[in-house]
Amino acid sequence: MIHKYKLNDKFILLDINSGGVFKIDEITYDILDHYPEKDRNTVTKLLQSKYKVLDIGQSIDEIDTLISSDELFSEQESITYDFKNNTSIKAMCLHVSHDCNIRCKYCFASQGNFQGEKLLMDEETGKAAIDFLIYNSIGRRNLEIDFFGGEPLLNFALIKKLVNYARDKEVQHNKNFRFTITTNALLLNDENIEYINDNMDNVVLSIDGRKETNDNMRYTINNQGTYDIIIDNLKNLVNKRGDKDYYLRGTFTKFNLDFSNDVLHLADCGFDKISVEPVVAKPDMDYALCKEDLPKLFDEYEKLSIQYLKRKKDNPFNFFHFNIDLDHGPCLYKRVSGCGAGNDYIAITPLGDIYPCHQFVGDEKFKLGSLETGIINKDIKDQFYKANLVEKTKCTDCWAKYYCGGGCLANAYNTNLDILSPDEVGCELEKKRLECAIMIQTEQ
Amino acid sequence: MKHIIKINKGTLNNLEKKGCGECQTSCQSACKTSCTVGNQKCENK
Repeated sequence: MIHKYKLNDKFILLDINSGGVFKIDEITYDILDHYPEKDRNTVTKLLQSKYKVLDIGQSIDEIDTLISSDELFSEQESITYDFKNNTSIKAMCLHVSHDCNIRCKYCFASQGNFQGEKLLMDEETGKAAIDFLIYNSIGRRNLEIDFFGGEPLLNFALIKKLVNYARDKEVQHNKNFRFTITTNALLLNDENIEYINDNMDNVVLSIDGRKETNDNMRYTINNQGTYDIIIDNLKNLVNKRGDKDYYLRGTFTKFNLDFSNDVLHLADCGFDKISVEPVVAKPDMDYALCKEDLPKLFDEYEKLSIQYLKRKKDNPFNFFHFNIDLDHGPCLYKRVSGCGAGNDYIAITPLGDIYPCHQFVGDEKFKLGSLETGIINKDIKDQFYKANLVEKTKCTDCWAKYYCGGGCLANAYNTNLDILSPDEVGCELEKKRLECAIMIQTEQ
Repeated sequence: MKHIIKINKGTLNNLEKKGCGECQTSCQSACKTSCTVGNQKCENK
């Protein structure tokens, strides 16, 4: 399978099964509309009014060379979903707080409480979660914990205790913990910033972009937009963070279809690691994205990619979805297994209930079990185990499958009530992002 | 080659010593909502 496209006046060719990427000229681009299905003579006749016969022949020779070395139209590797290590847990979204100090219109967590009571996780449950991760991570060394909410800084004392607890345990069990915190930045101060920068491998900081964009969706319980409260906190943390990872993480919705301006605003504020992503929402919400929005959103991604390249030299920033490592990306097993929700990735609630991921928390039918019982809902676990590229028929013929991994299962469920049936709008946006990301790579 | 420039040689169909499971879970990186595995790094040293 191949995929070819034109973007930013460049012609780009992908060999899907191998992951090969090529820059091609317009002749080759046109030839590949017909070749190799049609033979050389037929293709030459079809295109000789537009190109020199000599050039057509040369291009076909080059295509043949790549086909013969299995670099183009390469064979599909036979793969099953019985992956090595696929069911051993490695990552945990730890909901230390089901309470939040702000209100966001698009919040999938029902304003922080995930359709339940406002709760903070206690120390016993937090430690039990870490023990659960250690004992269910056979074969894995690198373990990831994301302190999540609600707003996790509402339970900051617990976070510090749990980091100490995990650090004590990791040597004993030959594990390497990597911590992330996802925060709305409202409670950031010098003291917790110092702790976060010392102890968190990654920080995800929520802000949607321009003040009007952010404040339309993210506001305090007194209806005050959060932008003016958090922007200096964010700068304070990032300025002190050095080379360690962080992302400013925003959401775009129907209300800011011109989201490239939000990304560029954050870059202009001096932030250099930015992720702004489409909202995950049920289609009937007024802020949900729909098919009719796609042309505008495609245009935005293209505009952003061109700006991204322009700034690369003098004022570079990193946009999460334009990151792609063509040479050292994940292996095919990872790409086929996708996000790993419910198997190598789980979410733990403040009461110790286990869900496939943070997006499903609170929906009882997806509850896998608890820290006391372990994972007992084998039916749900099995459904998520099978939610991979082998089983997703909509993905089989998609050129983007090995870059995307099959998409967000929560997004699929929200749209189609079926985790095996990816959300079409999400798929189209993913493909455009990937085309932009790969185009950027061909220019570096 | 005159018409085709190779940006990278794909190696996805080489599965030897792959599948160690040590790479980052994609949803833990930054996204938390949409999944892209292609932008993760391989940690199989």
